[in-house]
Amino acid sequence: MMNPDKKRLRRTMMFLNAQKPSLIKDPYIYKPDSLMFDLEDAVAENQKDAARFSLYHALRTIDYRGCEKVVRINGLDTDLWKEDIRCAVAAGCDVIRISKTETGADVKAVEARVEAAEKEFGRPEGSVLIMAAIESCKGVLNAQEICGASERLFGIALSGGDYTKDLQTSISGTGVELMGARQILIIAARAAGVQCFDTVYTDLDNEEGFRREVEMIHTMGFDGKSIVNPRQIHIVHEIYTPAQKDIFFAEKVVREIDSKKAQGIGVFTVDGKMIDIAFYDGAKRTIELAKASGVYKGDL
Amino acid sequence: MDIIKPAVAGTMESSDCQVTIEPGNGGIELDIQSPVIHQFGDQIRKTILETLKDLDIENARLTVVDKGALDCTVRARVEAAAYRSVGQKDALPWGGAIR
Repeated sequence: MMNPDKKRLRRTMMFLNAQKPSLIKDPYIYKPDSLMFDLEDAVAENQKDAARFSLYHALRTIDYRGCEKVVRINGLDTDLWKEDIRCAVAAGCDVIRISKTETGADVKAVEARVEAAEKEFGRPEGSVLIMAAIESCKGVLNAQEICGASERLFGIALSGGDYTKDLQTSISGTGVELMGARQILIIAARAAGVQCFDTVYTDLDNEEGFRREVEMIHTMGFDGKSIVNPRQIHIVHEIYTPAQKDIFFAEKVVREIDSKKAQGIGVFTVDGKMIDIAFYDGAKRTIELAKASGVYKGDL
Repeated sequence: MDIIKPAVAGTMESSDCQVTIEPGNGGIELDIQSPVIHQFGDQIRKTILETLKDLDIENARLTVVDKGALDCTVRARVEAAAYRSVGQKDALPWGGAIR
């Protein structure tokens, strides 16, 4: 059975160094949709062991008030990732994020370890989801294979820093160097029916640039963005809040499809626009976004 | 668990605590420094002793410098120091002795 959280709302995923108690004690106050506890790049090599204990007890003890708990494990080219998975699954994480994913086989290797950990620690089978971070040209070109590699995989994310290094360029601030990867990833994700997340924006003082980038990825179809600072969260949520006219239209679409389906009618019009079942998921998503943004007044 | 060699875990940053563990002299010896020792000293001591009991450590000397850590952080740092002392990084007993 599909994990019902596979399609949950994920507009913002905030990175937190799992080794830093001051960061992981109360990040839910900023209300991101997901919290990403990092065991990888943010943690110094000689603190990898300590970060796991810190993560384990934080996840077991602290009530993160509805925020999804994602754990970014160390790369599959290290001797750390297998124990990272045991620790995170035992602690009760919701998601394992694979770093530097390059092939479908990478996803399958993690899937096997997650399944074993669920059994070892008595968690229901399928309760832990997977997401894949794509950080290389090879990963971008294999995006379709990665997206379809596991029933547990709910989405993929672009990691722009490592990707641009592999591309032998750097982040310019214009987005031109990421254009191809963004387009390929969102198309691959949608073709496989999974979600897609954009990379972090590290120029923290450039609010205008951040806003422009979020507007762009929103238009491109991304489900959300990785966040490195709490002050970026409200901007993403604001941009992902649907307009009232879109909410009214989505409501009409959902109600009409529900009623017409019962009557055996497949195609009809709403406000002069031709509508069929293909509009249903999008309309439901608009209402879900409106609810999450606190602007929905209806009863759907 | 027998503490083999001295080990340290944690930092002096706010909300953290730094734990040093060393082989003991026949029992548990505890030195706690904390800005909130009068309010939370007993609770910190209790958490450390519980953690040592769970890890089956009966002979160790611990120096703990607390910077306002939550109980879960104190527990994590004691465990990290203990497992560093014995050099174990894999196949850890999550949900068992680590609870």
